[in-house]
Parts: sequence; C-alpha cells; structure tokens
Amino acid sequence: MTTWLIRRLIQALFVVLAMSVIVFIGVHVIGNPVDILISPEADQAERARIIAALGLDQPLWKQYLLFVNDALHGNLGRSFVFNEPALLLIAQRMPATMELAVTAVLMSILFGIPLGLYAGLYPEGAVARTIMAGSILGFSLPTFWVGLMLIMVFAVQLGWLPSTGRGTTAELFGIQWSFLTLDGLRHLVLPALNLSLFNISLVLRLTRAGVRETLPMDFVKFARAKGLTPARVIFVHVLKNIMIPVVTVVGLELGSTIAFAVVTESVFAWPGMGKLIIDSINVLDRPVIVAYLMMIVLLFVTINLVVDLLYTVLDPRVRLEAKG
Amino acid sequence: MSTTALPVVAREETPFRRFVAEFAASRVALAALVLFVLIGLAAIFAPFIVPQNPYDLAQLDIMDGRLPPGSASAAGYTYILGTDDQGRDMFSGILYGLRISLGVGVGSALIACVFGTALGLFAAYAGGRTDAAIMRLVDLQLSFPSILVALMILAMLGKGVMNVVLALVIVEWAYYTRTVRASALVERRREYIEAAECLALPKHRIMFRHLLPNCLPPLIVIGTQQVARAIALEATLSFLGLGVPITEPSLGLLIANGYQYMLSGKYWISFYPGIALLVTIVAINLVGDQLRDVLNPRLQR
Repeated sequence: MTTWLIRRLIQALFVVLAMSVIVFIGVHVIGNPVDILISPEADQAERARIIAALGLDQPLWKQYLLFVNDALHGNLGRSFVFNEPALLLIAQRMPATMELAVTAVLMSILFGIPLGLYAGLYPEGAVARTIMAGSILGFSLPTFWVGLMLIMVFAVQLGWLPSTGRGTTAELFGIQWSFLTLDGLRHLVLPALNLSLFNISLVLRLTRAGVRETLPMDFVKFARAKGLTPARVIFVHVLKNIMIPVVTVVGLELGSTIAFAVVTESVFAWPGMGKLIIDSINVLDRPVIVAYLMMIVLLFVTINLVVDLLYTVLDPRVRLEAKG
Repeated sequence: MSTTALPVVAREETPFRRFVAEFAASRVALAALVLFVLIGLAAIFAPFIVPQNPYDLAQLDIMDGRLPPGSASAAGYTYILGTDDQGRDMFSGILYGLRISLGVGVGSALIACVFGTALGLFAAYAGGRTDAAIMRLVDLQLSFPSILVALMILAMLGKGVMNVVLALVIVEWAYYTRTVRASALVERRREYIEAAECLALPKHRIMFRHLLPNCLPPLIVIGTQQVARAIALEATLSFLGLGVPITEPSLGLLIANGYQYMLSGKYWISFYPGIALLVTIVAINLVGDQLRDVLNPRLQR
C-alpha cells in the first residue's frame, strides 16, 4: 500500500511537471505580449524598460526555470492587465466558482434522485417515459445553449429572475457568498440549474437503473414479506443500496462540474475563475492563463489521486490488482 | 439448393441485411437517420439552396439588419428566419454554419478514429510495456474533462478551424483507443488469429485485415457518439470565442453573435442557429443509441 502510494505520488508529480512544461511553452509560443501591452507610441527606451521589467528579454528556458522557481514560492507572475498577482486573482474568483459548482451538484442530487426513483418504480408510465426522454435531452443539449434559453425565458420574457452577475453578497469567513442573501440566491438559481442539467440526467439514470436492479432482489422481497410499509422498503432498503454508485459518480463529477463552470460563468457573467480565464485568453494575459492552467492541473491531479485512494480503501479488489 | 420449386426465393439473410432490418425496427431512429442525411445534404449543397451568400459583403444590405423572421428583403426574397445585425439572412447563415460545424465535427472524429484505432490495435497486439504505456496515457487523458483539454490547447494555439480540429482530435482519440483495445484483447485470443499467426502472415496484415474488422461494431457506436460530442464541443468553444474565427462562423459563433441582441428581445439571431445545432446533435445521438442497441453483442439473441 505504501509503495503503491509513493509510486502514485511520483506519477502525479511527473504529470504536474510535464503539464507545466507544455503549458509554459504553449502559452509562450503564441502571440507577443510586448505588442499588446506596450502602447505603439512608446519610445525604444521605454519598450526596453518594460520588456526587462516583465522578464520577456530572457531566453525561453531561463524564463521557464524562473517560472518554476517562482511557482514553488507561490508566485505565478503578475497579471498584465490587472497588475495584481495572478494567483491572488484566481484565488479571489475561486469561491464564486466553487459556490456555483457545489450548488449545481447538490441540485443534481435533489432533482435527480427523486425523478430517477419515480422512473424506476413506474417504468412503463407516461411520466416516467417523459422523464427519460428529458434526460436524453439533458445529455445532448450543449450547456451554453440551454443557458441562453433559460435567460431568454426566465429573465427576458417572464422577468422572474435576474440574468447576470452574483447579486448582493454577504461575508462569511472573510469571503463573499451569494447564497446568504435572498438577492444572491435569486442570481444563483439559473446558473446553478444550467450547470446541473447534465448531472441531473446522469444521477436520474443511475438511480433508475439502480432501482430496477434492486427491486427484484431477495432482500427487498423479504422486507416486503416482513410486512414493512412500501415507503419504508423503498426509502430505507432500496435507496440505501443504490446510494453507493450514485454518490461515487456525483463525487467524481464535481471535478468536471468545476471545469464546465467555464461555460456557465461566461453565459451568466458569473464572476468566477472560469470567466476570468476566458477574458484572459481573449486579451492574452499570459500569467493569468498559465496560473489558471497550473491550478486546474493541480486540482485535477489531486482529485484523481483522492479518488484512486478512496477506491483502494473501499474496494479490496482494486487493492489486490495494484499488488499483482 | 432445392428452392427452384418456389417461385419467389426468400432473400438470403446476410449480416448486413439483418443489421439494416434491426436498425429500421425503431421508427424514431430511422426518422433521425433520414433527418441527419437531410441536414448533411443541406450543408453540402448550401450554396445552391440559399437565397444569398452570407459572406459575400456585396450581397448584404445593412439596411436589412435585425429584421424579424418573415420580413421581405430589398432584393425581393423573404428572410424566413430573419436577419442578423449585418443584414445577413439567418437561413443562409445557418446552412453555411452547418457546413463548418459538421465539417469540423465529422472531420475531427474521423482523424481521431484513425489515430486512436491504430494506437488501440497496436496496444492490444503488442501487449506488455507498450500496452501499459499507451493505456497510462489514455487514463491520463480521460481523467481531464474534455472542455478543459480543449480550452488548454486553444489557449496555447489561438483561434482557427485547424486548431479546433486538432484540439478535438486530442480530446477524442483516447475514447477510440480504449474501445478498440478492449475488443481487440478479446478477439486476439480467438482461433482465427491463432490460425493467421500459424500461417506466418505479417503482423500488420493480421492487425488490420483480421483483427480490425472484428473490432468494428463498438467502434462505429463510439464514432457516432463522438461526432455529436465534437459538434457540441466545437459550438461551445466557438461560443466562448476560442473556436473558429469570425470569418468562418459555425453555429456556435452565430449563437454567440446573437447573444447581445437576445436581451433586447431579438431572439431569432441566437434561437434558430441553436435549434439547428440541437436538431443535428439529437439526430446523431438517436442514430447512435439505436446503433448501440443493434450492435451490442450482449443484447443480441
């Protein structure tokens, strides 16, 4: 187990390192930030001064070593546009993204499990068929398009909910949150629903499949034969057994929900780190792009490591395989 | 062959005919296939169908900008789906956008398929360390969400149709490799491969002439799903402003262009390209679902 963990850690480290090289070289090959950042009217002396200040006169490998050294000290450069540390910018935007992603995951459980339960219990009914057809749409519709339609219907036509921004925020633990105020919650509903649609469909289908699989099993029949109420059989005996795969998948989906927040944030002008990266790519703000990509690589490598670890703890078969 | 007595000889059942019959058993899937073929034809023959070339500036009339669907144009025809801010006929724009969307989606899926399949076959046939190395790469690739990988690549390379295709290929190849390797591992233990090896056939011949045809069914299913995914992803990237350039607008970019007008109630600039995108993706997915049901050996009687 320890050997496995060390090997896995070295692998993760290697991935992060390889990604840092790819990201660094990739980002430094496109565009010339000098042309973007320095006004055309600047004279030669001023140009040279700014280039030196940004470290753009060094050869690429020196810039990379400098970058790694700085990164290890928690410094991923200053944003060309905001003139603030890139890491700080991302850290400031991260709570908004996390708030959105976590709300979306919670919504997927809140809607997905009851709908899936119903579709699994009455698979032949018209309602169940509608639910399943809807879930196919949830899988195939592009997120951004659904977001636009949500804005069009609920914000423009009906005028029930606001279309953009976070609304009024309240402070908790030194961070601004939307879910603490009524106005913030109203702003949160549409983006979170948009982001959760894919996960709702996923949870719904998993739950339905689980219910269909579990219902004919002996322990369910036995619980019924014991004379337990149908509600108790379904909500305690059946639900408990299908929760394991559902929770696993939902946990795994948290990562890609954070990734797909890029799209939702852009549609709803939600000021999270996804919107920051899109804006930064459009103005070629290299330090922010590099910092974001490195943060996200680190985040995903960590998520994958934790998931692998949890599997090994939960499922002895994986452990045996890793040894062999 | 004593069937000469019968006036009408029942058609011999070939695997292909059975496949067609099973596919056609679902009316929805058949309708989706017809729809998809129609969409494809409309995209291919767009220049002969549309009333105006949406990218010939001489044919655009800025006075016709932002007209609602059904308005008459200065040139005499009707803008059945309205016009955008440049006075461009949306119907023409959508058909031209479909060309880009379908071209990028199908093209990237095909390239990824060729590349991924070759790698998967090679991994399964070579085994050992080669196999482990390739599969490690596949695992790594699949552990990152597709949108992030594409975003990363386009952040580095910048906009452009070819860059989008490259990004989509890099996102997709691993799915093909994993699928092909899984079925190739099963197939390569079969007797016919053993027989081919005993005949001392060259390795590439065994891989591509014997192994590959037997791995095709799951590949077709994955391929269909990946085309739909590629089209959706391309539209998303273009919507974010990272995909195709403004001179070659796909459906995603058309939707993005109409976004700002939607808030003032001019819905058609975004709405109709979105419907076109939607119908295309759903049609491909429905065909893919039916293909999966028909080709899945576990479901066959």
